Amino acid sequence: MEALMETLMGNVDWAEIGIASWDTLVMVGMSLLFSVLIGLPIGVLLFLFGKRQLLEQPVAYAVLSFVVNVLRSVPFIILLIVMIPFTVMLIGTSLGVAGAIPPLVAGGAPFFARLVETSLREVDRGIIEATQAMGANIRQIVFGALLPEALPGIIAGITVTAITLVSYAAMSGVIGGGGLGDLAIRFGYQRFQTDVMVITVALLVIFVQLLQMAGDRLVLYFSRK
Amino acid sequence: MIVFDEVRKSYQVGGRDIPALRPTSMTIETGEVFGIVGHSGAGKSTLIRLINKLEPVSGGRILIEGEDITGYSAAELRAFRRKVGMIFQHFNLLSSKTVADNIAFPMKLAGIYSKTEIRERVEELLARVSLSDHANKYPSQLSGGQKQRVGIARALACRPTVLLCDEATSALDPQTTQSVLKLLADINKELGLTIVLITHEMDVVRRVCDRVAVMDAGRVVEMGPVSEVFLHPQHPTTRDFVLESESIDGDELQENLQKADGRILRLTFKGESTYKPLLGKVARQSGVDFSILSGRIDHIKDTPYGQLTLSLIGGDVEVALKALEAADVHVEVVR
Repeated sequence: MEALMETLMGNVDWAEIGIASWDTLVMVGMSLLFSVLIGLPIGVLLFLFGKRQLLEQPVAYAVLSFVVNVLRSVPFIILLIVMIPFTVMLIGTSLGVAGAIPPLVAGGAPFFARLVETSLREVDRGIIEATQAMGANIRQIVFGALLPEALPGIIAGITVTAITLVSYAAMSGVIGGGGLGDLAIRFGYQRFQTDVMVITVALLVIFVQLLQMAGDRLVLYFSRK
Repeated sequence: MIVFDEVRKSYQVGGRDIPALRPTSMTIETGEVFGIVGHSGAGKSTLIRLINKLEPVSGGRILIEGEDITGYSAAELRAFRRKVGMIFQHFNLLSSKTVADNIAFPMKLAGIYSKTEIRERVEELLARVSLSDHANKYPSQLSGGQKQRVGIARALACRPTVLLCDEATSALDPQTTQSVLKLLADINKELGLTIVLITHEMDVVRRVCDRVAVMDAGRVVEMGPVSEVFLHPQHPTTRDFVLESESIDGDELQENLQKADGRILRLTFKGESTYKPLLGKVARQSGVDFSILSGRIDHIKDTPYGQLTLSLIGGDVEVALKALEAADVHVEVVR
């Protein structure tokens, strides 16, 4: 048995895999947290500034929408490189786990903001009207009616964003970001250690599966329709 | 009292002014049930939304208890809206909140009620709309009629003085419509609340309203007590609505009248006279024979009424007419 393992996975350093997995977890977790914190208010503003919405502001909408579109249309691999000076300015390094988080947020937040905007648009206009008729102000409409009603959609959006961030995080190995992607590139690709490649990919697949399952369960739990 | 003073509303569509409500003046009295009936696109949804300023007016003034609401600031408007409840065709309940939380929602928004006050008020309202057993359910678990009762309880939470009903029964089946209308009538009586309701069904007006305005193409074309408008409609639109509500085909009726012999009268009985054995007596006195061409006996709100179309043959028609009028029957000579 041990001999078989040795031939099949001779290059696999399990401690290294463990550290890399943890790094991926930290990168995805932290960047997801900041993507949600930044993307949610931007998504709400995009919705409110939109055509025939509560705070209709064509100019503000166009500007915000343009910034979001620019960040979303730059391929992530380019974004990683373009962000380097900014990342250094922000946290002092562009390397390692910490260095990967700013570009991940720059990629994740606008993506999530659009998903938030879309799920808010799906809230029945009648509910907004009813809440207005009760004498609610904008803040109360957003926090009391819009966000709770859109919650299942927003959770689904968080799931999709998290999964996108897993693949982005793997890409950050290219600029020395750390994590499973880094391992796959340095050992699996550059040193032709196929076994390391297989293990890292398998772990990423499992990670994505778990995220999707957890997300689906939460959506189901919060859906009252 | 709600006073419309030359109120008009138009929408800007592609740079053009599309009028939704032509200049309209009318008064809705405190404590009455006021119906606005019209086909879709007649401007009734616009009109009701002007009352709580979900839509701003394009001109004119709306005075509620003497105060001009068209000039309210945002804060004044929010305070004012708490005194005006509203229910909707599609209920517009929050699917993420339980029945009890939906009813508590306007009170929480107001921010002036304690937790105990809210809890007690919600219990009271749940009992009022007979939904005490459903407090912790979500709207998706309720039937249409139950949802609308939650809507009514929610609209009453902050003890409003006016209740606006936007096609409140249009999505309900006839039986549920009955029970919701009865609930509205009870609330009107018990709380002395002014109710403004819009509908495209004359039947709804007949059951609960005291007065009615008929709308057509952005204008109020006829207005008055329901019994007047319903029994003696003047405007063609009103006539269509009345015939529609009685399931009578106007053309068919005309055809039947063509075929009949003799004089044709339309008699309208109201109140007590509806139940009196009048026709036989009149026939004996005047020697006329009559045949009934069409007829209906029903209620307008709480008042019974009957409407018969007769053809009279032979005898002394003048004597018959006098006898009928003496008995407080409204007589319209059709031919």
